[in-house]
Amino acid sequence: MNWMITFCILHELKHRKVIMQLLVQNIEKAFSGKQILKNISFEINKGESVALTGHNGSGKTTLIRILCGLSRADKGTVRFTQNGNIIEPEMFKNHFSLVGPYLQLYDELTAFENLNFVAGLKSIKEPSAKIFSLIAQVGLKGRAHDPVKAYSSGMKQRLKYAFALMSTPDILFLDEPTSNLDKDGVAKVYEIMKKQKEGKILIFATNDEQDLALADKVVQIDA
Amino acid sequence: MRNSLTIFRKDFKQELRSKAAINSILLFAVVTLTAVSFSIGNFSISDDILAAMLWIIILFSSMSGFSHVFLKEEEANTADTLKLIAGPTDILLGKFLFNLVLLAAVLIIVTPLYVGVFNFEVKNFPLFLVTVALGAFGLSAAGTIVAALIAKASSRGALFSVMAFPILLPVLILGISATRIAFKSESLDILVPEIQALFAYCVIVSTAAIMLFDFIWND
Repeated sequence: MNWMITFCILHELKHRKVIMQLLVQNIEKAFSGKQILKNISFEINKGESVALTGHNGSGKTTLIRILCGLSRADKGTVRFTQNGNIIEPEMFKNHFSLVGPYLQLYDELTAFENLNFVAGLKSIKEPSAKIFSLIAQVGLKGRAHDPVKAYSSGMKQRLKYAFALMSTPDILFLDEPTSNLDKDGVAKVYEIMKKQKEGKILIFATNDEQDLALADKVVQIDA
Repeated sequence: MRNSLTIFRKDFKQELRSKAAINSILLFAVVTLTAVSFSIGNFSISDDILAAMLWIIILFSSMSGFSHVFLKEEEANTADTLKLIAGPTDILLGKFLFNLVLLAAVLIIVTPLYVGVFNFEVKNFPLFLVTVALGAFGLSAAGTIVAALIAKASSRGALFSVMAFPILLPVLILGISATRIAFKSESLDILVPEIQALFAYCVIVSTAAIMLFDFIWND
């Protein structure tokens, strides 16, 4: 009888839906006295995607960096909750991944070693199968053991997606998601973006009309 | 600690392929050693000067290579990547471990070479070993935190030497003093005051580094 109760509890826990929300409130940022971001607020729930758009220099990248904790806002808060519980800023790092032009991978290492490095830091057990599957997913099959320095910029961009997906993030931040990619690469990225917003959260910064079509909400940023 | 080892392994693999830091430290050490041995020629020199020269070679060799550990992350734009996937303490310990192993590898080559070139006897070998080990630990700990401090500055090379020198000076003074005793002393005692002070320095610098690194790395 006891084992049946235990089984039922475990089954319930496994299938219980996790409610996730990212709440961004009144973000402000200025550089050298020039206001870049002013009163940026939005919220995004599980299963949704938000596009941040605005002219060049409007602060899209700055906002993404603030949301990821790479830069500090002058004012405002970023709060991530799971089932109503606030995730502390230092733990938030474990819930998201970022792909952006300013984030590079290790050129001296191979694609496999780069992904294995993140697997080691994120405590992913027996990561080889996942690494090869992600490498194939981004269209780099057969190039897993080549050093990244031998990759083209498009291939590096694809590898950044595999790197970001290693930890199966709750939130995927993308800055210029389709830059440097060919037609096939763009299709693969759209597949990744659609899959991410199905059960999780997707936030991306872009000015591309095609990318914007994937967003449920569009946040216009203009200083 | 597991994450620190992962970062150490990554740095080690990168170093095996680029050989940037090891070449810098080892070449500096060997060239300085050769220059010193030619300058001295057949003159006989005292144990005091031998001890001082050894530590000057160790200090400047380590200063030439330690800054690479954070510099390469900044220059390759991988610092933000690392920031997003690892905690500050793990990063600091991983980088410290890398600098320590790098310096240990250089010391294993340079120290016997130094003893061989100047043909002298180390009378208290255990004391000499402990001095070099603690000195390497202290230099690596202080060198790693200074490397993190200057990584974002524009004129990094010059800045590292200027900032590291006053922080590393106690290791130089205590190292010279303890090595001098090791070269001369007939007793095999290793608990000399210099070693106690060197140990205290290592503890203080390591603790301060762990406490400060979060602010240095994230601001």
